[in-house]
Amino acid sequence: MSVPWPVPAALALALFLLGVLGLLTRKNLVFVLMSIEIMLNAAGLLFITAGMRWGNPDGQIMLIFVFNLAGAELALGLVLLLRLRNRLTTLDGDAANLLRDSA
Amino acid sequence: MTLLWLIPVLPLLGATVLGLAGPTIGHRASAVIGTASVGIAALIAITIGVQWLQHPPPGEVFNQNLWTWVSLPGFSVNISLYLDPLAMLMTLVITIIGTLIHLFSTEYMQDDPGYSRFFAYLNLFVAAMLLLVLAGDLVILFVGWEGVGVCSYLLVGFWFSDSENGAAAQKSFIVTRIADIAMLAGLLLLSTQLGSLNIQAMLAAASAQWPQGGMLPELAAALLLIGGLGKSAQVPLQTWLPDAMAGPTPVSALIHAATMVTAGVYLVARTHVLFLLAPEVMRAIAIGGALTLLIAALAGLMQSDIKRVLAYSTMSQIGYMFLALGVGAWSAAMFHFLTHAVFKALLFLSAGAISMRLHHEQNIFTMGGLRTRLPAAFWAFLIGAASLAALPLVSAGFFSKEMILGEVWAYPNAALWAAGITGALLTAIYIFRAVFIVFFGPVTTEPSGAYGIRILLPLALLALAALTIGWLETPAFLGGRKIFSGFLTASTGAAGHHPVPVLITLAGCLAPLAGIAIAFALHRSGFWQAQATRSPNPLGRLLRSGCGFDAVYDVLLVRPYLSLVAALRHDPVDLISTGLAGAAIAAHRRLRATQTGRLRRYIAWITAGSVATIAMLLFA
Repeated sequence: MSVPWPVPAALALALFLLGVLGLLTRKNLVFVLMSIEIMLNAAGLLFITAGMRWGNPDGQIMLIFVFNLAGAELALGLVLLLRLRNRLTTLDGDAANLLRDSA
Repeated sequence: MTLLWLIPVLPLLGATVLGLAGPTIGHRASAVIGTASVGIAALIAITIGVQWLQHPPPGEVFNQNLWTWVSLPGFSVNISLYLDPLAMLMTLVITIIGTLIHLFSTEYMQDDPGYSRFFAYLNLFVAAMLLLVLAGDLVILFVGWEGVGVCSYLLVGFWFSDSENGAAAQKSFIVTRIADIAMLAGLLLLSTQLGSLNIQAMLAAASAQWPQGGMLPELAAALLLIGGLGKSAQVPLQTWLPDAMAGPTPVSALIHAATMVTAGVYLVARTHVLFLLAPEVMRAIAIGGALTLLIAALAGLMQSDIKRVLAYSTMSQIGYMFLALGVGAWSAAMFHFLTHAVFKALLFLSAGAISMRLHHEQNIFTMGGLRTRLPAAFWAFLIGAASLAALPLVSAGFFSKEMILGEVWAYPNAALWAAGITGALLTAIYIFRAVFIVFFGPVTTEPSGAYGIRILLPLALLALAALTIGWLETPAFLGGRKIFSGFLTASTGAAGHHPVPVLITLAGCLAPLAGIAIAFALHRSGFWQAQATRSPNPLGRLLRSGCGFDAVYDVLLVRPYLSLVAALRHDPVDLISTGLAGAAIAAHRRLRATQTGRLRRYIAWITAGSVATIAMLLFA
């Protein structure tokens, strides 16, 4: 009836790595945000899997928290994105290097 | 006699006026103020001296308490003047010879742009020197002592636009300062051990509390002596005096011949009660004096600068005074101080008078045949030279040197007497070498200009004194007169004229004559003139440099000190703190390169770091 726990765990790992890969390769900040969401969802999936493995509901509670966090983070991230687009007229993350050491 | 305080105050006043208003009041007013302030002080001193001889004060001491300078529980310093025969003698010599030299300078320095500055310094010097000799307290004496040191520095470097003069001034200041540190230590020792620096109270306490030959009196006397050796240019602190000749000639006459350099002699004579408690130090004084008089006399044989000849002769004659002090012949030392002050001032002034007519030339080998060209300077220099060489009967120097040699003979050490008599022979040779080179032979440089009365009068008066003052004190075979030592009895105790064998007296008479004969023979054979062109052999070079003390000090002290300075210039101790700061800055430069502002690179680093951490947690 149920899948064995390593399968969703491996899926979570694959999703997380995809997210990291997206972070490293994508310039466009919208895609960067999406990559972060994927990583968060991977973490959420791992919580569910862990809850299943040990028969404990805490994993599901944590998932609710993660969703809340993801929603808040996304709202904040999109606002920052809009501000950045107004200021730099681009969504290229590499252009947002104004805080680097000037020397 | 109550006007005593005016004697040092008048020159000080003169120095103040000249120092503040000097450049605005012109040459004439500067000369009048400068000379009059010392001249009036001399008149007061003479008046007091005459009063003294008629009605000596009780105990032959006059103490004038002016005010209290420092008052602490158990220790106080009074500004007080202490006049006794010894101080009286010094005061008379300083003010009278000082006046004559001031008068000479008014003409000698005529064309100098620093005219009023010169007289301001000279007045300040006279004031400090008078404070030194009249001080009733060793602290006040030390104030005067340092005051004359400062004035010597200012006047040696008077023509400061030439950096060599500045270096000579610094040398004279630094060498004497090194000696003064020892003297200051001696004063501190005396004040902590005896509780008072009032000279008479200190001496009384010393003879009451300290045993003869004890450690403390030896140490205190040795420390005071080092101060005196530095000031009086005695071995081993003599190297500054020949270089101090960079100053104007009247300065050399007043400071570096007649007065300041004899301050060491005065100090020892003033505190002779303390020195009597220290027989080892007394022996060192005698040996050091004998050594100095020989070294300086030998160096005098090789000099080509007329002022350096005289500088070495000063050193040598002060060596005689120290020799006399060392054998306890206080009044003989002071008698030689008196005659030396007169004839050496005369020699320096006539040397200055010669060189001012020769466009300030001082090399004796470019002079020659001046006997007929400058008869006044010739006679003045000849009388001074005869007195320096101690020509029997006609010169003052003979009587004082004879007195010293007689006293040294009575002291049980024949080597000291031998040194003294050898020195007398050498003295006659080197000074008459200068006389023959400068005044005889063919004329090489024609003098220009003429002398005014302000040059001739001091020369005449000093020459007269150099011929006659010796008769104040005569050896036994000339009547055994004791006017001078009788006058000093209250200060230095009665001087016993020791009976001296006839042969010894005769030797003292013959040595200068033999010296003059040798100098004349070498002059006839052209030996002296050849010194001008011939490069000297190593021995000659050693003698010319004053036996190489300068070179030794250069290697032993000056160079190590300068290399230490060079090493410390960049603060090696700070390396600890500056090194830490430097390391932090270097690390900062490296790490700054990682702060690129590229978000994705940061992420890559964070990822790599996380992976590394997890890997370590898993596999470690």
